[in-house]
Amino acid sequence: MIRFEAASKTYPDGTIAVDALDLVAPSGQITVLVGPSGCGKTTSLRMINRMIDATGGRILLDDQDIGKVEPAELRRGIGYVIQHAGLFPHRTIIDNIASVPIMLGRKKKQARADAMELLERVGLDQKFAHRYPVQLSGGQQQRVGVARALAADPPVMLMDEPFSAVDPVVREQLQDEFLRLQGELGKTIVFVTHDIDEAIKLGDQVAVLRVGGRLAQMATPAELLSNPIDDFVANFVGRDRGYRALGFEVVGALPLEPEPTVALSSSFDQAARAAQDGWILVLDDARRPQGWLAVDDGPAPGSEAINPVTLRRGGTVADVDGTYRAVLDAALSSPTGRGVVVDRDGAFAGTINATQVVELIESRGVAS
Amino acid sequence: MIAAADSPSSASSSPWHFFGYFMDHRSEDLGWLWTHAWLSVVPVIVGLLIALPLGWLSRRYGWLYPPMMSITGLLYTIPSIALFVLVPPLLGLSSLDPLQVPIALTVYSVALLVRVVADGLASVPDEVNQAATAIGYTRARRLFTVELPVAVPVIAAGLRVATVSNVSMVAIAGTIGLSNLGQLFQIGKDLSTPTAYYPPIVLGIVLCVLLALVLDSVILLLTRLATPWRRAVAAR
Repeated sequence: MIRFEAASKTYPDGTIAVDALDLVAPSGQITVLVGPSGCGKTTSLRMINRMIDATGGRILLDDQDIGKVEPAELRRGIGYVIQHAGLFPHRTIIDNIASVPIMLGRKKKQARADAMELLERVGLDQKFAHRYPVQLSGGQQQRVGVARALAADPPVMLMDEPFSAVDPVVREQLQDEFLRLQGELGKTIVFVTHDIDEAIKLGDQVAVLRVGGRLAQMATPAELLSNPIDDFVANFVGRDRGYRALGFEVVGALPLEPEPTVALSSSFDQAARAAQDGWILVLDDARRPQGWLAVDDGPAPGSEAINPVTLRRGGTVADVDGTYRAVLDAALSSPTGRGVVVDRDGAFAGTINATQVVELIESRGVAS
Repeated sequence: MIAAADSPSSASSSPWHFFGYFMDHRSEDLGWLWTHAWLSVVPVIVGLLIALPLGWLSRRYGWLYPPMMSITGLLYTIPSIALFVLVPPLLGLSSLDPLQVPIALTVYSVALLVRVVADGLASVPDEVNQAATAIGYTRARRLFTVELPVAVPVIAAGLRVATVSNVSMVAIAGTIGLSNLGQLFQIGKDLSTPTAYYPPIVLGIVLCVLLALVLDSVILLLTRLATPWRRAVAAR
């Protein structure tokens, strides 16, 4: 557990970066610090490993005042991931990852073998092991950065906008894998971002900071969305927070409707006969939805088969365990208005339309 | 060659006769070449050892950088022949002391390399330094295992300049009587009365250029061996 007790940072010129911050980052959880530029979020983060020393108050790591620990010693127990990964350009990927264990005196051979395992754990092929950082893409470098921070198995991880410098698609992949990894490892993580969506997606709890380094609100993502404490937080959290809050509640029992389906290998005639309102849902051999077929589009040119080219594949697919947001989105994005729901194996389970979802939302009571 | 047949004495004074001159004075010339080589190299090594802490200091304490660069820049403007002459009285050495030239050249090498070291350290990306600090490297460990290795390409470029310029400055020391390839220029001058006699002068130039090329290639090769990561981009 990390506890800020009225921790402050005032620079010699009088600038206050962090102002008497009280904050607890519980063990085994992700605490996200979020806020606009100048809110002191990175300064706060760096005060934890003494890259910046607090000028007032104190910070406790598992009830020990970090001000009394030798900085280099302190940092060896705290993993740190930064925006551009900051890999050592002159070391191979495997040696980058093994940096901390080797510094701590582990045998090189053992450290490299462990690093190999970590490489896979963060989703990188072992063929990258002997390359240099410059040969990797930004997203790959960031994975190595995470692996390096994890190498000595520190109980605490500090992450300073680690996914900000990669493109949106890669960012989402990295976020998902980060959550999966945290599910396995259960580290105490403090995560800094300026992106409220990232904060809400990743945080077990989110601390919104104001300019001048003051805590505005500390809450779970759902609470932050449904119950912002003031206008600043409400504005920062954003306009469509009502809709986004739906992303934190699992619907539970879904009143699914049956839907006629055909296999992709069926003939177009079979599909057209089974269609409902001119549409038919096409499944693959494992009964996974492939897309909607419009009967008006006709068969594949010069054959009797279903034309895979005309399948409408754009709709999202919700999981039976999905949130209100996921289910509503499936309904809204479906060309037929009937949202496709799948079971845990990805096989088709039934459909639900937007009106039904909205009724479910309205009947669920006040957001928790 | 017709002219040579007409006048044998002018044949031997042709600039192209330098190889013949070399063969006639081989042992003396090779001795000078050897002295010249170590007089060029040793000051660079000593200079680098002195420049490393000075360069590090002027990088570590930003306010030191401008005065440090001015002072070292000024040192470099002292004419080399003046410095060669001034070193013995300033340090209480006898004139033509064997340390006279290495000391003077070390001053020049330091002057050149302090900036190179400071700029080399500045070339290390900020996030690399931050990452090294954040994972618990001490300042010394960070300097020796991260900053200096990453700065090698910049520092090596400076070493090449320092070494090659030393080769030419050692020759100047030869003209005031110290034994190295510069002697060939003095001999050439002495033998050029009453008529011009070029072979030793050309030989001196040729050997200096060859020496500079060889030393430069050695540094280049060592740099390449020390920085395999620099070529990794091409291997992509």
